[in-house]
Amino acid sequence: MSRYLVRRLILLVPTLLGVSIVVFTLVRLLPGDAVALQLQDAKSTAADEAALRAQLGIDRPLVVQYVDWLGTLLHGDLGHSFRSHQPIVQELSGRLPVTAELGFFALLIAAGVAITIGVISAVRQDTLTDYAARSAAIGLLAIPGFWLGTLVVTLPSVWWHWTPPLRYVRLTEDPLKNLSIIVIPAVILGLGLSGGLMRLVRTQMLEVLRQDFIRTASAKGLAEHAVVVRHALKNAFIPALTVLGLQVALLVSGTVVLESIFVLPGMGRYLLEAVQARDYPAIQGLNLIFATVIVLANLVVDLLYGWLDPRVRYS
Amino acid sequence: MSVQPATLEPLTTARPAAELRHPGQATRLFGVGDFARRKPLGAFGAVLILVFLVLAAGAQWLAPYPYDVGIAADRLQGPSFVHPFGTDANGRDLLSRVIWGARISVTIGFGAVLISTLVAVLVGVMSGYFGGWVDLLVQRVVDVWISFPALVLLVSLVAILGPGLWSTTLVLGLLLAPGTARVVRSAVLAMRHLPYVESARCVGAGHMRIVRSYVLPNVAAAILVLATTQLGAAILAESTLSFLGYGVPPPFPTWGAMLSGTGRAYMLQSPWLSIWPGLAISAAVFGFNMLGDALRDVLDPRLRGR
Repeated sequence: MSRYLVRRLILLVPTLLGVSIVVFTLVRLLPGDAVALQLQDAKSTAADEAALRAQLGIDRPLVVQYVDWLGTLLHGDLGHSFRSHQPIVQELSGRLPVTAELGFFALLIAAGVAITIGVISAVRQDTLTDYAARSAAIGLLAIPGFWLGTLVVTLPSVWWHWTPPLRYVRLTEDPLKNLSIIVIPAVILGLGLSGGLMRLVRTQMLEVLRQDFIRTASAKGLAEHAVVVRHALKNAFIPALTVLGLQVALLVSGTVVLESIFVLPGMGRYLLEAVQARDYPAIQGLNLIFATVIVLANLVVDLLYGWLDPRVRYS
Repeated sequence: MSVQPATLEPLTTARPAAELRHPGQATRLFGVGDFARRKPLGAFGAVLILVFLVLAAGAQWLAPYPYDVGIAADRLQGPSFVHPFGTDANGRDLLSRVIWGARISVTIGFGAVLISTLVAVLVGVMSGYFGGWVDLLVQRVVDVWISFPALVLLVSLVAILGPGLWSTTLVLGLLLAPGTARVVRSAVLAMRHLPYVESARCVGAGHMRIVRSYVLPNVAAAILVLATTQLGAAILAESTLSFLGYGVPPPFPTWGAMLSGTGRAYMLQSPWLSIWPGLAISAAVFGFNMLGDALRDVLDPRLRGR
């Protein structure tokens, strides 16, 4: 077990290194750079541009820039934003909790909806209930989050003269107000994620329900809900956990879109702004953080897997 | 934006090749009436997909108006007999634009899934079949690929390649590939040492022949199911990209772009502008997912009714 953990942690290094190289190259391939964008209106000379490039450090050879960036990374420093010239770490400290909160609630909602619908749908396979439940779940998966978000922001104001609160309030300032703001995007994001998860819960349940120990449990006279919840769901849920871990990657993309629509000051919206402004250090830092979260989430899931299911052996 | 859910489910893959080709089995899979009776939701999905395919293929005959020329006097009209879906801020007929949008969505969807499947089979088979250091190396690349936030990769790559039909297709294809590659790899890994593969090797079959005749037919069912649901994911991702302004540029009507820009600006006074394209996306994605689910149930013997 500890050997497995060490091996997995060591494998993190090449993955994150790979991500850092890819994102570093990618941002520099983007057409135009921060200097060109910042000086495009002002009457600037080539000398001004060169000076700003030198100040930002993007006039140096790429390898030097990369090694320099890695060096500062090792000190826990993500560099300074090209736009605000503030440290990226400081810029993100206020935004991270927003995205984390949104992601947490979305995952919670996704898991709740997926397990409920998945179990019902499997137990009543090929009945009207199954069809209705699955249609609903796949329907939710098929509705684009950005569309549902836009509809929720605009339509109620036409019908009932009510607009969802769009001025963000921090959790520490006014918890209730904060939750009322977060809950709508979290529901939209969570429902979107639940479709994929529901499918897996259903498939796993169908498999488990066909196994001998379930027949034994039924044969000894256990009530159906006891068989389903205590015996079947326990086994079906473990593979679903893996998917929940992989959903974290989708969650990241989802927060980018929904934070933009609901004007939440989170990391996702910041990322889009950073890409538009060609703010290299910000894009690089954000991607690295997102990738780390995704990789760690999957590691935690794999470890949980073995803890929940003693049959799993790490090799 | 969902890009990967379809790739995450374990698929039962190790099925003898003969079972797929057996005539009796073939009627179970391809008998349309039987399929519709046993899997009504899947059949409904198939009908939805068929409608979109017809719209996409015959857009120039089916669309009542051109997609890019508007009548100024008709701008922002509500649904009527002349314009069943209404008109947009430029006086363009919305029904025609939704029909042309189907062509773009379907082209990008199929193109992306084709690219992703080709890349995934190549990478997955190489990794799973040869194993060893090839596998280790390839899987590290796949790790990086998967750990990268999808939307960022999409937006950056499209910006680098320049927005357009082909760049969007290529980028989406590359994005979908690692998930499928994982599935193909684990399926190949599982069958690498099965007796019938071993026996082929003993008879003296080369790597190419073993892969082509013994390995690929067994992964085919899993890939088919995955590809169907990925079509939905690709269409959803394309619309999200277009919504964010990184898709196929105007005047081409993409469903996602119709929901941003003018669609959003005039949403309060003309809600239909954002209803129809959104419904079109949802219906297409719903159709592919439903068909994929039904195919999985039919192709996976463990999931058939109790």
